[in-house]
Amino acid sequence: MHSSVLFRVLVFVTSTLLALRAAGFAGSDASVISEILEPVGIAVASSPPQSSAPPLHRQSGIDPGKIASPAARVPVEDIADPVVSSTSPAGNRHLVSSTSPAGNRHLETEPVSFEIVKWNWEHAQGPFLIAVWIMVASLAKILFHLSSKVTTVVPESCLLILLGLGLGGIVLAATNRTDYQLDPKMFFLFLLPPIVLDSGYFMPSRLFFDNIGTILMYAVVGTLWNSSATGLALWGIKQAGLMDKKVDAGLMDFLLFGSLISAVDPVAVLAVFEEVHVNETLFIIVFGESLLNDAVTVVLYKVFNTFVEMGSDKVRAVDYVKGVASFFVVSLGGTVVGLVFAFILALTTRFTKRARIIEPLFVFLLVYLSYLTAEIASLSSILAMTFCGLCCKKYVEANISQKSRTTVKYTMKTMASIAETIIFMFLGISAVDTSKWTWDSGLVLFTLVFVFVFRAVGVILQTWVLNRFRLCPLDWIDQVMMSYGGLRGAVAFALVILLDKSKVKAKDYFVATTITVVFFTVMFQGLTIKPLVKWLKVKRSNQHKPTLNEELHERAFDHILAAVEDIAGHHGYHHWRDKWEHFDKKYLSQLLMRKSAYRIKDEIWDVYQKLNIRDAMSFVDQGGHVLSSAKLSLPSLPSRTSFSETSVTNLLRENGSGVCLDLQVIDTVRSGKDKEDTVMHHVLAGNLYKPRKRYQANYSRHFISADEQEWQDREVIQRNMRCRLESFRSTKHSVYQNKGKSRHKKSQKKHRSNDVNGEVPNGKPKRNISWQDTVPVVMTVDSEEEEEENSEAEKEEDEGITFVARAADEVLLEGKPSRILGVCQSPFLLPPSPTCAEKELPWKGDQGDLPACVSSETTKIVPIDLQQAWNQSISSLESLPSPQVSEAQKLQRRTVPPARLEERGAPAALARPPLDPCFQFPERAAATGRSSEEDSEECIQQQELRPLMSPGKQTRPGPSAVSAGARWPVQFNRAARVSLLKNLVTASPYKGSGQTDL
Amino acid sequence: MGSRASTLLRDEEIEEIKKETGFSHSQITRLYSRFTSLDKGENGTLCREDFQRIPELAINPLGDRIINAFFPEGEDQVNFRGFMRTLAHFRPIDDHEKNKDPNVSEPLNSRNNKLLFAFRLYDLDKDDKISRDELLQVLRMMVGVNISDDQLGSIADRTIQEADQDGDSFISFTEFIKTANTSLEPWARLPGTTLHHCHC
Repeated sequence: MHSSVLFRVLVFVTSTLLALRAAGFAGSDASVISEILEPVGIAVASSPPQSSAPPLHRQSGIDPGKIASPAARVPVEDIADPVVSSTSPAGNRHLVSSTSPAGNRHLETEPVSFEIVKWNWEHAQGPFLIAVWIMVASLAKILFHLSSKVTTVVPESCLLILLGLGLGGIVLAATNRTDYQLDPKMFFLFLLPPIVLDSGYFMPSRLFFDNIGTILMYAVVGTLWNSSATGLALWGIKQAGLMDKKVDAGLMDFLLFGSLISAVDPVAVLAVFEEVHVNETLFIIVFGESLLNDAVTVVLYKVFNTFVEMGSDKVRAVDYVKGVASFFVVSLGGTVVGLVFAFILALTTRFTKRARIIEPLFVFLLVYLSYLTAEIASLSSILAMTFCGLCCKKYVEANISQKSRTTVKYTMKTMASIAETIIFMFLGISAVDTSKWTWDSGLVLFTLVFVFVFRAVGVILQTWVLNRFRLCPLDWIDQVMMSYGGLRGAVAFALVILLDKSKVKAKDYFVATTITVVFFTVMFQGLTIKPLVKWLKVKRSNQHKPTLNEELHERAFDHILAAVEDIAGHHGYHHWRDKWEHFDKKYLSQLLMRKSAYRIKDEIWDVYQKLNIRDAMSFVDQGGHVLSSAKLSLPSLPSRTSFSETSVTNLLRENGSGVCLDLQVIDTVRSGKDKEDTVMHHVLAGNLYKPRKRYQANYSRHFISADEQEWQDREVIQRNMRCRLESFRSTKHSVYQNKGKSRHKKSQKKHRSNDVNGEVPNGKPKRNISWQDTVPVVMTVDSEEEEEENSEAEKEEDEGITFVARAADEVLLEGKPSRILGVCQSPFLLPPSPTCAEKELPWKGDQGDLPACVSSETTKIVPIDLQQAWNQSISSLESLPSPQVSEAQKLQRRTVPPARLEERGAPAALARPPLDPCFQFPERAAATGRSSEEDSEECIQQQELRPLMSPGKQTRPGPSAVSAGARWPVQFNRAARVSLLKNLVTASPYKGSGQTDL
Repeated sequence: MGSRASTLLRDEEIEEIKKETGFSHSQITRLYSRFTSLDKGENGTLCREDFQRIPELAINPLGDRIINAFFPEGEDQVNFRGFMRTLAHFRPIDDHEKNKDPNVSEPLNSRNNKLLFAFRLYDLDKDDKISRDELLQVLRMMVGVNISDDQLGSIADRTIQEADQDGDSFISFTEFIKTANTSLEPWARLPGTTLHHCHC
């Protein structure tokens, strides 16, 4: 609708966006920002950018109407150019004298002496004012929410409008000018997109598409009906003489006015309905309608605007046909633009693995580009953006990292919220400008009545039709809410401001009426909608969290319904959705998602993980104390009874039950005080939370390394999760014992053959069965090779997860031998900062005598709980696919250390000397570090992670712990390995929960 | 084919089916023609192979389960009556009908019966509770190969834990209904969508 302007500003729109997003306001050049500001009339007072007009601008050289460009194009001497002339001469002079970058250095007429402090107001005026406005708006928000009473009664939008009115009044009174106004250009280019983006991206797509028919009906038919009925009725009133004679408008003018006044406004609807919490169906219908009716509004507005400008007498039949055709072009075109950009976006994010930090930017950029592209092509930009956000979400979310996801979410919400705030505030301010509007009671009153009545009539008629098709019919309460929720807002205002006064004679009347209607709907209806909802007992949304049952049954029902439709030979909604999902799964997702993301993509699993995380969080919220108490008062485990000692060692052993399985080893190795000390030390080392680091040593603009604190938080969660598991296990685990019997047997068998040392007393609880055997190590190493071969590819994942993966890896490497053989690993661990105590400790260098649990606890990287969970899960994971290995093989493996090591080293193409088990690490650290499954990760990341991961990598199996790895690779097919890897990478922390149930 | 189908179906039969299932006359004739077109053996009954021949059903993860639902215990043939009886579960819930005669046994498309139908898809051994293994089987069918058995196992555990109220670690039908009633509100109503427009 604003294509002409848009076309010209396209170039710096992108640059603006870049500047704003990437550098924040700070670094971006002033001219670009003043570009944004100028429409609002904020920056017009002076034109600082001239001095620093960026090359960017000069190149683009577009847009003579804007302030910056003339300065760039015109010789600087001509600075008193008409456009700029509003600038006060004083300001200009000041500017010239004070700041003068290269461009106009020759202008410096008065080379004053060096000033210590300069007042450079013009230099940063534009951005400064913007920032101040946003600040005011945000502060207002805070203020409103200080009193919860006010905000529960009065919607925020009302308060903001009132605030705007107040501020506008002050500005008017103070300066006698009305500078700050809601400018249509500003509105459509910068304020509306964030809101549409937010709503499109976070639109519940399932709900939306389930109701798409209803939404389309209201959006298209409803809007058509509203605008034509309103327009015609107003025209009738005019003919009847009930309106002021001065309202100079014909049929076309009224239809034009009807088209802009009748569209339900997404911003207003969102603002009000979000606070009301009506049920999802109702919300999605009203809100979906407000978004999708954009196409209709745009077309109607354009058509009638053209007709008015042509003069209604010149309009021919063919023009009407064109109008109808343009509706399809605009709506479908907008949708297609959106879909195309969604596709590009999804595809782009598939490859952002190496540039995680700009991932969120792509989301914003491409969706915004879809909006702008649609604007340029004068298609429905809102439709384009909505569909872009709606359709890309699934793939984008799967591709980008967790952090990027959070960033996207918060940035979107922040921007949308600010945009909304500013819109309402400026709406209030704009209303103060009385010069723009002329009041006519007749027009205003009748418009109000018609808008309301026709909305209600339209809703009732359409619902009547729709209810014949809808499964869940919309009852009369829904209809009342829908009629009442038809709020008009800033879109209508912006559109009416855009009218050409010379063509639309009655513009001032229309402006006044629009403002009134907008205020009335937002203020009055917004205020009363809450009581109405209560009074009518409208079904509220029950904000239940998703449960696994729900997800599962939902899935099952979908399949059932699709199947029944197939059987009945009826190609209905479910049939097509099923087809679509099939297609999506088979082709689209594969094309648009990273391989790794695609592989692990499953809603049920997602829900499961989310639930787990939520549980963990709530668990932590309940207080970390649970941890300590739970640790000491251990859940009743059968194994405990068999040990009578109450030494620390024992306690420990049981605490770390998942890790420390070599109970006998503990008892057989040298006992006494040494031992206890050792244990104590490692307990503390492993279990005490590491002190928070005060500063972050490495700084990188391009990567965010997982910082210490995050680790700590994670650690806390994981620990607590483990405690919970323990208790859960003790209560529930008896049940699952039976169920998992077959599996147990299997792994048991393996264990028995594996463990020569006979560390598994028969009386041991079943859950312990899932602990390590040698398989995992070999497996993992193999998959590393595999990964290396495929390298490049899809090893990604977040940094956070990366860590976990490494950790597991390393735990495997280290944990395995220790578990089986009771070898002490601690000497191999070079914690980032080895404690001096450790160096002195008696067992240093003595590998035979330390219990496994101790060694793993010394690992600095992986919290012990995590290790356990990992180990358990991994081992049992592998116990499934892994073939039964003959006794002989196992023995062999155990006794042939060098072979296996070689095996491991080889794939990494790092020739390693056969190990002297003990202190070889430093060189190897680098080597082995690389051979982890993360090998394919880029160097930078590696470097960043190195300090953390290397110690773990250094860990190597004790000499006796080695196995004939050569045999193993052959025995697992790639699929098994890959899936294992995926599991490792993705599911790690919660894996343990599943395991322990066994 | 449609005309032949309707002629083969006697009026009194239609009436009976109508009474039993609540389908309208046109729906019955339409479904009958579908039935006969599925019936490759042309013997008035469908066997499993007839169902399996439907291409979309082959890719439906729960396809086999649903096919089984059509066959009464121990039989491998289903006639039109049985066919319609199963399909009747998928008619929209008709509140008015339910209110009319509370004494008469619930219509097939009542909410309870719909849920029972879904429940039976899980409950293979027909002991009226869903065990972990049964749940696992369904999960396995629905989530594809990317999720490991252990992950599935933990999902299943969690699911049971969530729904299990009496602590027997099975999901009984009452527990199933409860999850359906609390969290599946929109879904409990849904198994009716399908045949709503079948009168075309």
